Amino acid sequence: MSNEGIRIQAVDKSFGRGEARTVVLKQTTFSAATGRLTMLVGPSGCGKTTLLSIIAGTLLADGGEIEVLGERLDRMKSNAVAKFRARNLGFIFQQFNLIPTLTALENVSVPLVIQGHPHHYAETKAREALDWVDLADHAQFRPTKMSGGQMQRVAIARALVHDPRVILCDEPTSSLDSENGLQVMALLRKAAEQRDRLVLVVTHDSRTYGFADRMAEMEDGRILRVLETQEEIRAHHPLGE
Amino acid sequence: MIRIALKMLFGDRAKYLMLISGITFSTLLMTQGMSLFCGLMTWTFSTVRNVRVPIWVADPEVEQCNDNKPMRDTDTTRVRSVDGVAWAVPLFQNLSMASLPDGTSKMITLIGLDNNTLIGAPDKIIAGRLEDLRMPNTVILDDFGVQRLSADRKHPIGVGDVFEINDHEARIVAICETHRSFTGGPYVFTTYDRAIQYAPNQRKMLSFVLVSPQAGVSAEELVARIKAQTGLAAFTHNAFAWSTIMWYMRNTGIPINVGTIVIIGFIIGAAVSGQTFYSFVLENTRHFAALRAMGASSGELCAMLLAQAVMVGFIGYGTGLGLVSLLGSGLLKLGKVPFLLLWQTTAIVGLAVMVIVGISAALGIARIVRLEPAIVFR
Repeated sequence: MSNEGIRIQAVDKSFGRGEARTVVLKQTTFSAATGRLTMLVGPSGCGKTTLLSIIAGTLLADGGEIEVLGERLDRMKSNAVAKFRARNLGFIFQQFNLIPTLTALENVSVPLVIQGHPHHYAETKAREALDWVDLADHAQFRPTKMSGGQMQRVAIARALVHDPRVILCDEPTSSLDSENGLQVMALLRKAAEQRDRLVLVVTHDSRTYGFADRMAEMEDGRILRVLETQEEIRAHHPLGE
Repeated sequence: MIRIALKMLFGDRAKYLMLISGITFSTLLMTQGMSLFCGLMTWTFSTVRNVRVPIWVADPEVEQCNDNKPMRDTDTTRVRSVDGVAWAVPLFQNLSMASLPDGTSKMITLIGLDNNTLIGAPDKIIAGRLEDLRMPNTVILDDFGVQRLSADRKHPIGVGDVFEINDHEARIVAICETHRSFTGGPYVFTTYDRAIQYAPNQRKMLSFVLVSPQAGVSAEELVARIKAQTGLAAFTHNAFAWSTIMWYMRNTGIPINVGTIVIIGFIIGAAVSGQTFYSFVLENTRHFAALRAMGASSGELCAMLLAQAVMVGFIGYGTGLGLVSLLGSGLLKLGKVPFLLLWQTTAIVGLAVMVIVGISAALGIARIVRLEPAIVFR
């Protein structure tokens, strides 16, 4: 298999009907490779999050081809997509989405529990993941007792605990201050490099552009331009430095 | 996943306590109402329980044991002549007034037993002797009668004390234990002839004929023969009890009142639990969506909701039953109250709680099934 982890071909997506119909994605074509941190950037409302949802299989496209790790998600039934997600995808959300009544350790073990692993195994792996994000001493803390940066690091541990090949991140730094935002991005970069993972980050936080290996710029539901190297990114987005 | 579901539930203490309270209160109301109803219904046929004979014969219009349509004394002989009757004795029953030396009066249920055999006499004598009932002007008073007739007295009324029934002397020779009557009057037992003297004189005085079948003849068979040959109404012990219960069900507002309490209990439980559980699901929608995005199937999320609802139902039901038991035993210790907690009641209330829990879970599941996991990205 090539290292092309995600391949999106001529995807359309609209919401609503009749006069209220809004076309969000127009024949969108996009790809991203493993071992690299790819950023999907663009102004609000350009369709970044919709494209991310379609790649994740949490939203159905109206048409087009969606291939992730060589599997055609657009041809799968919803339960098969759910199983695929559980095995191969890790998620990091803007609002963290940690369950407030569970400890950090329990939150991190959730993806393994979903896969049906026994609790003691899930918690052992969760401890390792928490150690990786340097929060081993916060294992028994509940999210409500943590800072935003700590919560996002717990979310990263949760996204990595089942060792997925693809990590999808939706605005991972927008709820964080500059220092925590950079720390989170450094972890994501590390996650991409260490295990040949595909990390796709949807963001409009220009402070973090320097972490991208590759960048796709979106506008009005289409990929406007793809910057293939860090040099190109720096050239087009000097603030990213 | 179930473990995660329960941790989500227990972690939200306010909602969890609200849900438990709803189910507990609902269980309490439904069980208490039904237990009071069952207790009250057992009171309606207390005379049948106190007298304990296989067959009761009465006027054809009589449907229940507190109804008094007197028959002729000769009806006892007519019943005795029916083939298969081992014995048949008369029984008198009516509501009379007992007058105390201080001038106060209390209603009593006067029972006149067969002079010779004393068949139908109470089986639990707690003071005095049953045989002394053969002495002149004597009666046996039940323990509830001791309470009622001792009001405003320095010492409780007891064996040897005297009161009046319709201006006739009644000397207490024994105290017995009985099942309390629906009419609220304590039971006073005496002989048939003396009861007739105590009661206002009427042309016909016989209330019931008590019958036992001969060996080898079933009570049901003998009941059919008595009805056919005498034209009187006849009931087995159980049939008379059920006939009495059914009469009170048809002719009083008790089932409607108790039914209303039970329905209110059900509605309160369903409304409070349903609304609280739905609000719990709404508040956790993002977390459920995140679980869905991470690969949990709809079935797994539904199982989580069911587990949460069943756990709440189980704890609330258990707590409610515990409280009812405490309340019931407390009430029974305080005095004789109509409270009877049957296993059938707990089973019916358990089913009702399952329905409430099912409604609550269904509301949540309807929400979760329609859930778009993509909302976690918004």
